Amino acid sequence: MSKTYYDASDLRKFGKITEWSEELGNKFFDYYGKVFEEGALTAREKSLIALAVAHTEQCPYCIDAYTKDGLQRGITKPEMMEAIHVGAAIKSGATLVHGVQMMNKVNKLEM
Amino acid sequence: MATKSLKARNNDIANTSRQMEILSSGIFANGELPTFAAKIKETNQFPLRPKKLEILQINLGYMCNQVCEHCHVDAGPDRKEIMTIETMQQCLEIIKKTEAHTLDLTGGAPEMNPNFRWFVEEAAKAGIKDFIVRSNLTIIRANKKYYDLPEFFKKHNVHVVSSMPHWTRGKTDKQRGDGVFDKSIKALQELNAVGYGMPGSNLKLDLVYNPSGAFLPGDQMALENDFKKALKADFDIDFHSLFAITNLPISRFLDYLIASDNYEDYMHSLLDAYNPAAVENVMCTNTISISWDGWLYDCDFNQMLNLKVASKVKHVSDYNEELLQNRNIIINQHCYGCTAGAGSSCQGVVA
Repeated sequence: MSKTYYDASDLRKFGKITEWSEELGNKFFDYYGKVFEEGALTAREKSLIALAVAHTEQCPYCIDAYTKDGLQRGITKPEMMEAIHVGAAIKSGATLVHGVQMMNKVNKLEM
Repeated sequence: MATKSLKARNNDIANTSRQMEILSSGIFANGELPTFAAKIKETNQFPLRPKKLEILQINLGYMCNQVCEHCHVDAGPDRKEIMTIETMQQCLEIIKKTEAHTLDLTGGAPEMNPNFRWFVEEAAKAGIKDFIVRSNLTIIRANKKYYDLPEFFKKHNVHVVSSMPHWTRGKTDKQRGDGVFDKSIKALQELNAVGYGMPGSNLKLDLVYNPSGAFLPGDQMALENDFKKALKADFDIDFHSLFAITNLPISRFLDYLIASDNYEDYMHSLLDAYNPAAVENVMCTNTISISWDGWLYDCDFNQMLNLKVASKVKHVSDYNEELLQNRNIIINQHCYGCTAGAGSSCQGVVA
């Protein structure tokens, strides 16, 4: 076992997951590839969504991959950072909106 | 930002044999990655052979008014290698005989060669119909004596191919030097003013995009659309096509890759994107590159690595096209730069 939980070079080995379950692995990668194709959304828009989600998922591999993908597409630093703020806003919003649940509970319990 | 060439800085990488050593050791020596020769053998594309000769690419000298971070020529104001009029005359003899239909002038800044205009005029008389000048744009604004270059280009119907790494100031200046973006914009507007790059115009103006860092270029068409939209909206600039070019791991870009600890990852990226279909049309199969001192090479990159053609004919002084075309193209690991993704050449993608 490696001494750290994450190893940057493991990203290149991602495709190997098909070796232990070929059909499911291939289906996943086919699906994955299809998702990022130009569609109703542009590939560029999808790249920015992926970057934001990579951060909310806190996946270092995905952050590596979609930062590089963004650079290759000519996406600028402010665009990347704004995308991450969108993710962060939803994350914090998701936390704070539960405040209403807390308030409801307090209001129910208090006399 | 550096203002001197690697050569003037006595940098280790300025030594071409040191570059060859780097490209042949490490991950390629220990079997982690296959050599380029091994890779193209998998698809029976070895040895790489020339097809019909279409383009003569002549390097008029390594002198340049810019010192770009990624430059594979290691060009700059301190480089004194400039093609003499005698070598130009030898090139003109070739131009009269060659089957090639396109003359591609590069550098450095080719316009800085004192005999640049004379050479273009003589080459036109010698029968060249398609001229390409690889202009860095800022040269047009560098000195009064260059201000009329757009008119000169127009007079000879020169196809202008210009570097422009991004449509934003920050990215452009980081790669090419402070102030380059504003000067480039001004130069593009002047080219537009005489008719270059306008929709439907015969005066061809194409831009070259190459990534400003250790990553590969994205889809050429998508980048072209982004460039067009932004340059039109921000500066009312028109151009024809965008060529997306991959940075090859040689010279200053190799120095950068190693210094920034990106070399191995970059080579992996090139390998991951390897495309055998691109091998079929790499530019060395239809181009001959001639250096400022008249030596012959398979491409501009081999020129910078000092890898002369594998032929009895090695110099313009004893040029023989039939003999020359019967040769094997010299390859090495830097060639992966031309075969990644949709491929890369001085004319953009090839597959």
